[in-house]
Amino acid sequence: MLWIIVIVIVLAIVAAGSYIGFYNSIVRTHNWTDEAWSQIDVQLKRRNDLIPNLVETVKGYAKHEQKTLTDVIDKRNQLATVPAANHEQTMAASNQLSDSLKGVFALSENYPDLKANQQFGQLMEELSNTENKLAYSRQLYNSSAVNYNNKIQTFPGNIIAPIHNFSKINYLETPSDEKKAPKVSFND
Amino acid sequence: MLYQQIAQNKRKTWLVMLSFFCLLLIIGAAVGYAFFSSSLLGIVLAAIVAAVYIVVMVGNSTGVVMSLNHAREVTDTKQYPQLWHIVEDMAMVARVPMPRVFIVTDSSPNAFATGNDPKHAAVAVTTGLLEMMDREELEGVIGHEISHIRNYDIRLATIAMALTAAISLLVNIGMRSFWWGGGRRRNRNDNEGNSGQIILLIGSIVVVILAPIAASLVQMALSRNREYLADASSVELTRNPTGLITALQKIDNSQPMKQADSASAALYIADPFKEKRSLTHLFTTHPPIQQRINRLEHL
Repeated sequence: MLWIIVIVIVLAIVAAGSYIGFYNSIVRTHNWTDEAWSQIDVQLKRRNDLIPNLVETVKGYAKHEQKTLTDVIDKRNQLATVPAANHEQTMAASNQLSDSLKGVFALSENYPDLKANQQFGQLMEELSNTENKLAYSRQLYNSSAVNYNNKIQTFPGNIIAPIHNFSKINYLETPSDEKKAPKVSFND
Repeated sequence: MLYQQIAQNKRKTWLVMLSFFCLLLIIGAAVGYAFFSSSLLGIVLAAIVAAVYIVVMVGNSTGVVMSLNHAREVTDTKQYPQLWHIVEDMAMVARVPMPRVFIVTDSSPNAFATGNDPKHAAVAVTTGLLEMMDREELEGVIGHEISHIRNYDIRLATIAMALTAAISLLVNIGMRSFWWGGGRRRNRNDNEGNSGQIILLIGSIVVVILAPIAASLVQMALSRNREYLADASSVELTRNPTGLITALQKIDNSQPMKQADSASAALYIADPFKEKRSLTHLFTTHPPIQQRINRLEHL
């Protein structure tokens, strides 16, 4: 009789232990995606802060390119209005901004003085850096999300997940032209 | 697969350390017997030398390796913004802390990583690398180095380096005492005329001569396999095999380094001396670059 009680207690402890362990591992992978997202968020803010400087610098050299510049500013302001919690919409707005920025950097080919400007060079490196960090944090976000989704959709995660309201995380879409060459390099 | 590889690396570190240590003690015994006529003295000496080297290397591997290679630290983003940003990116995707960054003044493109664990790691690149590579290529190279850090290759390499250095120091001590004090010993041997002792003596000298080769063979075999893994991991980080492939091609077509430290040659992304020996496969620290490129193309 005593033995049965001991065995039952041991089994209960083992079961509770593995439950807690698995629960924690789900939480950990979920936190990884959160962490990757906060990286994305930091870079988005940084880029939005850099853009006014960029516009100021470019304005002096390329007076006839008002359209390209207003486009960038519009996209930037648009991104700022997207609710932060909506990851998909934020990334869609961010991808549009990335595209407009490429237009500004392409301008430097037509304006040698602008290209030679030291401040413009620094801004290019800063913006290349944020664009790359965005791409890499998105990659990190997606790979963490795959890990997390695998955990909650396979046994025993598929039993534990509904109890604690763990739901699937959607992947962030990669802009189609980045699939081929994922990294942006403005200063080639 | 990668995580198993990392766990395996940590285990292997102990195995390598143990076998290296045995090799070291054997060499100590041989040196002691041949040159001081006492195996025990040799073993004690070997153990002390090895212990000192390991403590120094593990305590401050980055400092030692960097000063051996005349590297200076980059302490601010502004000094080399592109390099700094790329290291940040790669460390972020690999989920390792930002390593320290060093520059080696040499026109040959090359790079290496060192340290004991991801928290105490460093990467170094040559000025030639910065000049010749564009951003994607630099990312490939830095991705390779960060992979060495994440895979714990750096710890294994550090300890192997310390033990190889200890072995060569021992052999040097032995050789020196042979030249300076060998005469006395040789006379005594003639008087005794014991052929068994002479065979043992010759055996000891052979061990002493072969030891450094054996040590570097182990070190080289260790590092060769790791290069393939780090190449593959780099592509896993950058998702862009082309960058690393063209970087390796550029490195292959360039001049060898002027003043790389030979003990740390195994750390570099490609052999800094570019030696072409007949026994290529046994005596190189790195697989042939063409073979690495082929593997990358088939990822």
